[in-house]
Amino acid sequence: MSDTQIVLKVENLGVKFEENEVLKDLVFSVRRGDVLAIIGPNGSGKSVMFRALLNIIPYSGKINWLKGLKISYVPQKLNIDKELPLSVLEFFKIKSKNKEKIINVLNSVGIVNDNYEQGHLSRHLLNQRLGWLSGGQLQRILIAWAVIDDPDVLLFDEPTAGIDIGGEETIYNLLRKFNKEKNMTILLISHDLNVVYKYANNVICLNKKMICFGVPEEVLDPSALTNLYGGEAGFYKHGHHEHSDHNREN
Amino acid sequence: MSDILILQLITGVLIGLGAGYLGSFMILKRMSLVGDVISHVALPGIAIALLFKINPFFGAFGALLLAVLGIWFLERKTEIPSETLVGIFFALSLAVGILITPEPELLEALFGDIAKITLIDVLITAILTMVMFFIIAKIYRGLTLSVISKELAQSAGVNVSKTSFLFLLLLALVVALGLQVTGTFLMGALVIVPAAAAKNISVNLKNYTLSASLFGALSGLIGILIASYFNFHPGPIVVLTSGVIFIISLLFKK
Repeated sequence: MSDTQIVLKVENLGVKFEENEVLKDLVFSVRRGDVLAIIGPNGSGKSVMFRALLNIIPYSGKINWLKGLKISYVPQKLNIDKELPLSVLEFFKIKSKNKEKIINVLNSVGIVNDNYEQGHLSRHLLNQRLGWLSGGQLQRILIAWAVIDDPDVLLFDEPTAGIDIGGEETIYNLLRKFNKEKNMTILLISHDLNVVYKYANNVICLNKKMICFGVPEEVLDPSALTNLYGGEAGFYKHGHHEHSDHNREN
Repeated sequence: MSDILILQLITGVLIGLGAGYLGSFMILKRMSLVGDVISHVALPGIAIALLFKINPFFGAFGALLLAVLGIWFLERKTEIPSETLVGIFFALSLAVGILITPEPELLEALFGDIAKITLIDVLITAILTMVMFFIIAKIYRGLTLSVISKELAQSAGVNVSKTSFLFLLLLALVVALGLQVTGTFLMGALVIVPAAAAKNISVNLKNYTLSASLFGALSGLIGILIASYFNFHPGPIVVLTSGVIFIISLLFKK
């Protein structure tokens, strides 16, 4: 029953910064192979929740990961000092010494066109300083870095912010591929409800506490969205009939 | 070339290698100021060691150990840059050190003295420098990752706090070893200046750390040779040599 195995169980998760309650009473679980989207307005605690799940910040309550899982994380953004003398290749070598594998994973996140020769790639990209990359390039590099060692679970904090529309599609299709082929569990924070409907089979609506949790088509009703985003949420209302099957086809 | 000069040169090169290498990470960790002034803390330690007639190296290392523990604690407790506190605290230690160091030894403690260096001193320096490189090799992955992003490092299972602690421990060790060459006033400069020069000319980490070590070693070698020829105190000349390397590196800045 590996496909229904619970990989993460969260009970009464809470996070406080000083006296300020940023997260309160979160209860949910994630099964192997799930794609769980976390949505919510700015400042609703989405990134904080990820940091708690990664044990980077102190929290109350219980976070139980299945033992022995390999977990990777793509932060929302990473401020790399332009002066940092670290090449892209060295960044990858922290995780993998296999240059061919590195080039393959870079290809898969769409960072190099197929018509680039490997020599060209190694001269121009792999040997560049990490801090010299554009925002979109760096984001793709971070995604490639996160998946290069075949993790069991991926935590993506708005993985495609700063990436152009074509690139966004590449990334999400890659996520779906990993999810389908490797049964990779994916937790992703997104602002885009279309992404949630298209790719996720579960969703958490978060605004410091959990407003909803379940299958997007079932729980993302107008009242939940109004609760979550306030009065303007009607704007996001979604045509349910198009997505009656939530098995994330295409 | 006299035997004592050869021993001095070997010590200078070893200290330069270690200081340059560690310094390269000090700069990446944005701890240049700490690197620059941490050696001042050694003075009261040396003074106390002299008063109790024990080897000054241990006094210096003890004082430095306390200082790096303090820095480590500040790093853990707060995200606030500890620069101000470090600046104040280190300058005060220097003041206390100058007051309590016995006068005859003060100059030696401040500017170093390798005139009476022995083979045993050189061997100890060589062994401890090797230990340092060995430990750095062990924590290299975590150290590099935590320089890029603490969050990324923690998410990849790196114990950032432990890595940082080990690193600071090695810093205390290298600075304590280097005091014999440059003294408490200038050892910090030997940690930071060669690495700053290396950063100017390097695109990747391998070249950066390698050139930082090389520049440190060169500073030690050339500085001690010049000082011996003109009969100067070696410490200041070693640091000035690293300064000249830094100025040259600016011409090749990437």
